[in-house]
Amino acid sequence: MKDVAQLARLMQGNEAIVEGALAAGLRFFAGYPITPSTEISELLAERLPLYGGKFIQMEDEMASMAAIIGASLAGLKSLTATSGPGFSLKQENIGFASMAEVPCVVVNVQRHGPSTGMPTAPAQGDVMQARWGTHGDHAIIALCPASVQESYSLTVEAFNLSEKYRVPVILLTDEVIGHMRERVVLPQPGAMKVIDRKKPPTGLEKYYPYQPGEDGVPSVANFCENYRFHVTGLAHDESGFPTTNPEVVEKLINRLNDKIMEHVDDIVLSESWLTKDAEIIIVAYGAVSRSAKKTVKEARAAGLKVGLFRPITIWPFPEKEIAALSRQAHTIIVPEMNLGQLKLEVERVTSGRSKVIGVNKVNGELITPGEILDAIIKL
Amino acid sequence: MAYNFKEVMNKKERLAPGHRMCAGCGGTIAVRNILRGLRDEDKAVITGATSCLEVSTFMYPYTAWNDSFIHNAFENAAATCSGVQTAYEVLKKKGKIDGTYKFIAFGGDGGTYDIGLQSLSAAMERNHDMVYVCYDNAAYMNTGIQRSSATPLYADTTTTPAGKLSNGKPQSRKDLAAIIAAHDVPYVAQTTLYKNFKDMHKKAEKAIYTPGAAFLNVMAPCPRGWRYETDDIMEICRLAVETCYWPLFEVIDGKWILNYKPKTKLPVEEFLKPQGRFKHLFKKGNEQLIEHAQAEVDKRWDALLDKCGEYSQGMIKKKEAI
Repeated sequence: MKDVAQLARLMQGNEAIVEGALAAGLRFFAGYPITPSTEISELLAERLPLYGGKFIQMEDEMASMAAIIGASLAGLKSLTATSGPGFSLKQENIGFASMAEVPCVVVNVQRHGPSTGMPTAPAQGDVMQARWGTHGDHAIIALCPASVQESYSLTVEAFNLSEKYRVPVILLTDEVIGHMRERVVLPQPGAMKVIDRKKPPTGLEKYYPYQPGEDGVPSVANFCENYRFHVTGLAHDESGFPTTNPEVVEKLINRLNDKIMEHVDDIVLSESWLTKDAEIIIVAYGAVSRSAKKTVKEARAAGLKVGLFRPITIWPFPEKEIAALSRQAHTIIVPEMNLGQLKLEVERVTSGRSKVIGVNKVNGELITPGEILDAIIKL
Repeated sequence: MAYNFKEVMNKKERLAPGHRMCAGCGGTIAVRNILRGLRDEDKAVITGATSCLEVSTFMYPYTAWNDSFIHNAFENAAATCSGVQTAYEVLKKKGKIDGTYKFIAFGGDGGTYDIGLQSLSAAMERNHDMVYVCYDNAAYMNTGIQRSSATPLYADTTTTPAGKLSNGKPQSRKDLAAIIAAHDVPYVAQTTLYKNFKDMHKKAEKAIYTPGAAFLNVMAPCPRGWRYETDDIMEICRLAVETCYWPLFEVIDGKWILNYKPKTKLPVEEFLKPQGRFKHLFKKGNEQLIEHAQAEVDKRWDALLDKCGEYSQGMIKKKEAI
């Protein structure tokens, strides 16, 4: 057994994602260079062959997303990584992965936008895109790391959730976390739980790939193993064949939503810090939550009862937790590097019980602890 | 018109100095020389795909472009240029625009060979009166030297790293000029920074003033990605031509024309050697890799000679074998 000191390393956020992905069993990566996510591609180009895995550089982001869908259906845990403009291009295939229930993980290292924006500057402008970027009703999972350590652990979690629920999982990080270097302690090899997708029983006379189990998740076989079956982005029945039967389609779309929404307790992760007696709660995620922590310390030192709630899973949104906090806090402050995207959700869930105030910045700079504190002082 | 080097070089710069491209970059030299193909009295609208050229030539509040410029994301240069050019035609016909405008799109190899290929192909097929110039430095240099489908066999890039398990890029490069020629557009040419720029200048003039769609593939070395001394750029380009790694040719209305045939074809080794990206090929035991690279060049050169109606030793041999 290695001791902690041996497992401690100075690492970049993007590098930690690579390590986490490999620990979770990643064996296929398809990507396309885009700042500020490129290190993930470059490192996996070096590392995957050492694991007997495969790195492919594709011709664009659409192709990268399509390739990981193909590789996942063939049975390999698959990943792609991108940023704003590339995330936009991936949306069609993210919808396909939702509809065809293909486990896969998409890293979006958020940068300033819209369009090319500021490629090397951080932002959190893709929060709603992560939720609704592809057309049609669908449930999705998105996780937001706030440290290099968490970039590692949430990548493992992203793969686990993706395998368990057969859904694309977005690791929604940002340029600050992606490029920041800090000390991480990697878990002992094998210490993190790794979930693999369930497989259908062999020897079935009639195999229905999209027949859901009790958890609402089907056991889709891997290509080239046991069964011949069809996969499509068209609305389909349990056999996988297209249908326009309203009853069947209604059931399908509801199931795609329910298999996530009925398991929010299993999926949603969050951190509460000094919230017990807090009258003012800061709801912050990703890089901004680090500033918010400092704000809480400063506010506490000034005698103000301020706490931090950090959604780690932002989709599905931690509704129960926020609703509970809105019953205790008179004010909820939502600092974001966008014009108030997650604030909309906080407002919806708090139903007017608390005052919800946004602290917003869209100039490519991180929100400072002082800026959040100013909002508290102004109350 | 005879080519007068001094006269051409003394034309007013349309890409002004002060931009922030690297010293020894082939991209800017290519762009300046392509733009010298424009007549002084004509104006232009330039479209730029995401690239080093785009990020380094207009930085608020400065621009190096003396013509109007539009940058659109990576894959969109040819399509965006199509829209501008079509609207110009409509407005020109209505008498609402004075003067003559030309439409030139610049993309790197990533934005052209890869993500932008669909948009380029469609613009060529619609035969817009525009020129698409690919400044081909054979990798994604703007994001830090990742391979593209223009990257040559065995080149070391950050996504095809040469090391214990890899000899660099395992695939050879896509022949983009041939792909565009297959669109049967009026003018396609391949050129590079060769000697006194006569080849590039003539091709730029033809591309700009031939009605309909034109495509120029310009090899534009990158000192960061290719790892050569910045002042060696012209020599690198010369070696690319003399080894037949980067032949100079034109395809005019479907007819292939070879513009230069070296008296003595140099071994490709001469082109590879001064470049750090091929350093691993010169390690002991890797001799066969250089042989592969040579075979690749020979095969393509032979095919080109055949297309251009020339006759090479290789072809004779092949025909004799049959």
